[in-house]
Amino acid sequence: MTKQFRIALAAGVASAALTAGAAFAETELRMAWYNDGIEGEVMQDILDRFNADNPDINVVLDVLPYKAILESLPVQLAAGEGPDLARVTDLGGLSQYYMDLTPYISNPDYWRENFGPFLKWMQPVGAEPQISGFMTQLTVTGPYVNKTLFEQAGVAMPGENATWSDWAAASREVAEKLDIPIPMAWDRSGHRVAGPAISMGAGMFDADGGPALVDDGLKAMATMLYDWHQDGTMAKELWGSVSGSQYLGANEEFANAQTVLYMSGSWQIPQFAEKIGDAFDWWAVPAPCGPAACTGMPGGAALVALKTSEHPEEVGKLMDYLSSEEVLNEFYGRTLFIPGHLGLAKSGVDFQTEDPRAEHALLTFASAVPGISPIAFDLQGYVHNRVMFNALISRLGEAIVGELTLDQAFDRMTQDVEQQIAEKQREN
Amino acid sequence: MAFDTDPRAEPVRLSDRVYAILALPAMAFFRLFEWPLRFLQRILGIGAMPYVFLFPNLAFFGIFVITPLILSIGFSVTGGTNLFLQDRPYVGAEQYGYLLECGNHLDPTTCREDRFWRAIYNTGTFVFFQVGFMVLFSLITALILNREIRGRGFFRAVFFFPVLLSPVVVALIWKWILLRDGVLNAALVSMGLERILFFVDPTWSMFWAIFVSVWAHMGFYTLILLAGLQAIPPDLYEAAEMDGTSKERVFWRITLPLLWPNMLVVIVLALIKAVQIFDEVFVLTGGGPGTATQFIVQYIYTTGFANQVQNFGLASAASVVLGVVLFALTIVQLAVTRRKDEG
Amino acid sequence: MTMASTSSSGRPVLGFLTRRREGGQWHWTDVFTYVYLVLGVLLMFGPVVWLVLSSFKTPAGLLEFPPTLLPLGQIEVQVEGYDDPLPLFAVTMEDGTVKELAQIRRIGIMAQMVDPENPGERVSVPINTREPIREMRVATENYIDPLETFNFLRYLQNSVIVTVVATVITLLINSMAAYGLAIYDFKGRNAIMLFVIGTLMIPVTIVLVPTYLVVTQLGMVNTLWAVILPGAATPTGVFLLRQYMLTIPKDLIEAARMDKASEWTIYWRIVLPLSLPAIAVLAIFSVMWRWNDFLWPLVVLTRNEVYTLQIGLNAFQGELDVQWHYVLAMTVVTLIPVVLVFAFLQRFITTGIASSGMK
Repeated sequence: MTKQFRIALAAGVASAALTAGAAFAETELRMAWYNDGIEGEVMQDILDRFNADNPDINVVLDVLPYKAILESLPVQLAAGEGPDLARVTDLGGLSQYYMDLTPYISNPDYWRENFGPFLKWMQPVGAEPQISGFMTQLTVTGPYVNKTLFEQAGVAMPGENATWSDWAAASREVAEKLDIPIPMAWDRSGHRVAGPAISMGAGMFDADGGPALVDDGLKAMATMLYDWHQDGTMAKELWGSVSGSQYLGANEEFANAQTVLYMSGSWQIPQFAEKIGDAFDWWAVPAPCGPAACTGMPGGAALVALKTSEHPEEVGKLMDYLSSEEVLNEFYGRTLFIPGHLGLAKSGVDFQTEDPRAEHALLTFASAVPGISPIAFDLQGYVHNRVMFNALISRLGEAIVGELTLDQAFDRMTQDVEQQIAEKQREN
Repeated sequence: MAFDTDPRAEPVRLSDRVYAILALPAMAFFRLFEWPLRFLQRILGIGAMPYVFLFPNLAFFGIFVITPLILSIGFSVTGGTNLFLQDRPYVGAEQYGYLLECGNHLDPTTCREDRFWRAIYNTGTFVFFQVGFMVLFSLITALILNREIRGRGFFRAVFFFPVLLSPVVVALIWKWILLRDGVLNAALVSMGLERILFFVDPTWSMFWAIFVSVWAHMGFYTLILLAGLQAIPPDLYEAAEMDGTSKERVFWRITLPLLWPNMLVVIVLALIKAVQIFDEVFVLTGGGPGTATQFIVQYIYTTGFANQVQNFGLASAASVVLGVVLFALTIVQLAVTRRKDEG
Repeated sequence: MTMASTSSSGRPVLGFLTRRREGGQWHWTDVFTYVYLVLGVLLMFGPVVWLVLSSFKTPAGLLEFPPTLLPLGQIEVQVEGYDDPLPLFAVTMEDGTVKELAQIRRIGIMAQMVDPENPGERVSVPINTREPIREMRVATENYIDPLETFNFLRYLQNSVIVTVVATVITLLINSMAAYGLAIYDFKGRNAIMLFVIGTLMIPVTIVLVPTYLVVTQLGMVNTLWAVILPGAATPTGVFLLRQYMLTIPKDLIEAARMDKASEWTIYWRIVLPLSLPAIAVLAIFSVMWRWNDFLWPLVVLTRNEVYTLQIGLNAFQGELDVQWHYVLAMTVVTLIPVVLVFAFLQRFITTGIASSGMK
């Protein structure tokens, strides 16, 4: 055996031994995480303190590309592998793998009181009501506008209760006057479309609570979006340029004042505060209205405990610490996330920003929460919601580029949802 | 026989020193196995030796290639979202039926699984043009590099180096150039032309998918053709020149026929690689616009892995279909190589 | 095609093409050659050069259109009475003169500016009358920030271990198998060859999930072995080496057998040295495959201490934000080893492939 080879092997074996983990005196907990901004750093600070206070527990934060959380983690969990805790966004889809924390946390009532409505989102189908985790971030979808452009163009911003058509017309006017390439941009995401569709009267569910994606309300919204792409209000670059349900954002375009209105959500605040700063007034506005409601979609990422963990006691202890009002106040405050904790939502988080635009946006989105349609809440909690979102965006995208007619797209949406859910429900 | 006395290892000369360093421990390693294997040969006989040599590779092969392939076939005849085969209900050929059911196989919109068929037709278009251009440009480049030009080694390296880049890097580099505010659009605008949104137009997207993959892999095929060109006996050309034959005629009558075996290898290799194109185009165009550049491997990846309901059954059925096609192509290659050996 | 043909690589085989006809007349192919080569160099190198240049730009610089060739950043000046440095603008005043002013803040469509020479006086100007003043600024933070936030050396070490160990294993078992298939005539050889060729081009992507299942059952998840072993027995390698070994004259082997050399000895003392060019090609490809591997490690490695560079460098890619300045910089980082390998082994690689990629 060559020397180099032996060294390499030894190093490999050493790494392998390291990963086995169990041989340590302290209990090691692994937390799978992804980052949109600085939340990883903040969480690491908090974990460092926890680790210092609890010498018998060592929590390790594994920061992964979001792609791994979305695509690899489900396969790992299905194979019985996986971390002790994970920050996930597909709350319902993975719920079968969540651990019930109730026996391991010190005060389940505190959890029910403060995380109540969100616990439903993480509830495994057909199980007793359980406590699986908490929201690291509550998000609300809604539009941002470039207020400075409105002022420069001398166009008045549509006021309260304005409809999507009003906003589209106003954005178009501003764009025409100032020669802005994209009047209006939406994230390429079914989740973003769902809120406006509900505003237009979409019901999303049938009488039995089964999925019913395509109805008149959804058709109305989809048709508007389709028309906006044809008349240039929206750029085909976003929705037309990739296939399937891939996400594309217009945050770069918005930050560069290339678009007047950007439909996204509250999670953009920290990034805009950093990137745009005071280059122009980026302004969050309340969700525009339709005949049925003026709603965005709630959403967000949750930190959940996973069944695969061999140390539920320690996980409970960690969750107790992380979910405390004090720690969460710090976490939400530093990350500029809308709190997923009712007590904090009421008393107000001490957001650590002095940017008036960021403060305004946080306020706008936080105060939008009570106005969110119950359908939107149900949809966010529905276990197969991503199937619906994905069918919606991918087929609408195909219609926009002209591969399908709108009617064909609607039929395909229904078919996609049916087929995928049928496959999911096919059990032995 | 020692390393340095082999006349055919001539190209190694450049890196002799590196090899001298690497060779010593390697030789020690092989010597270590000298006695155990001699012993094995004595008790098993020389007839068993090929199996001994094959064993390690086949063992790995069996575990990490054949087993997954068999599992894939298992997945393709079962349904549900469970990962373990024993938990999955048997559904027979249902997945295949779903995949292949069409009102009219030439019109994807009439198919149950329209995306699969779109992917097939897209792959067909891509393969046809990509292989065509690949062969054309490799040939031109090889012919040019075969001339007596100064700095030939440099130019050879220039055309070859993209082969070593990862598909993701290749795609990112080009995406960065082709974006709406990218440097290519800047060039167009400065020439007084309109900006082109390349990834919104199906034809442009397909064009760039083909262009970028030719850009990235051309160097490899160029070298194969170059080797073929250099093997053509020079006296043939000298004779042609004596006769005053025109260069064009020499090319069609001598160069091309004699290069044909290499061309065939290039065509078949390029064909197989083109059928399984994925990463580059996925990063570059995301399969869009719509599904215009969504190819078969991306379809399988999305269906079985990236979707929320990871439909292993349907994805595996599509993999099996693709596997059959690839297998047929490799058999063709085998036949081609055989013929070439005999010729 | 035999090996002998390749050693002729330096010979002016197609001399007729470049030889000028009587009196040094230019044939159209001569012009075409040079045009093609110049365009080729631009087309092949240009994009990479552009990538490297872009990777040193600030996020704002990246957004600029038309893009500048060199990285530029806005000049910031320290003005008396202000704690933070202020950005400098060229402002066209109402009388048409252009002044260099520093911006204090922007309110709506007006900007409050101050003359750095005369800090006491503030002026308010419309924001569309000011242009940022820029200088060349290399945004090294694109590299430093991501590299600092994670354990770069650890990831590098893992990547190197994976690449080296996997390549060594691949070379060893592939060359043994190729030897077995090339030298011997035995029962089942054709079946095995068919197997090898049949699986030659199955892309990993389509057997991702079943392979993961196998790796889990072997308990290798989150160890480097999970990345090293599955790709070790590459059919491409066996195929490549075997085709090369077929060209080795059989009498050499017979002669060695006469001398009572064992089969193992023949393998490593005769056949391996003779196959060095092909082995080198496989080694280089193996290094590239392993170094660039992304999708598979992403599935089997979820713990920090086993991340390879490709995973670690991508960890900053979140759900909602593509940060081009980091993406470009990290792409350059992963490129560096490839460039180094290429720079040192370039001629060797190209001649090696020409001679062995043949069959």
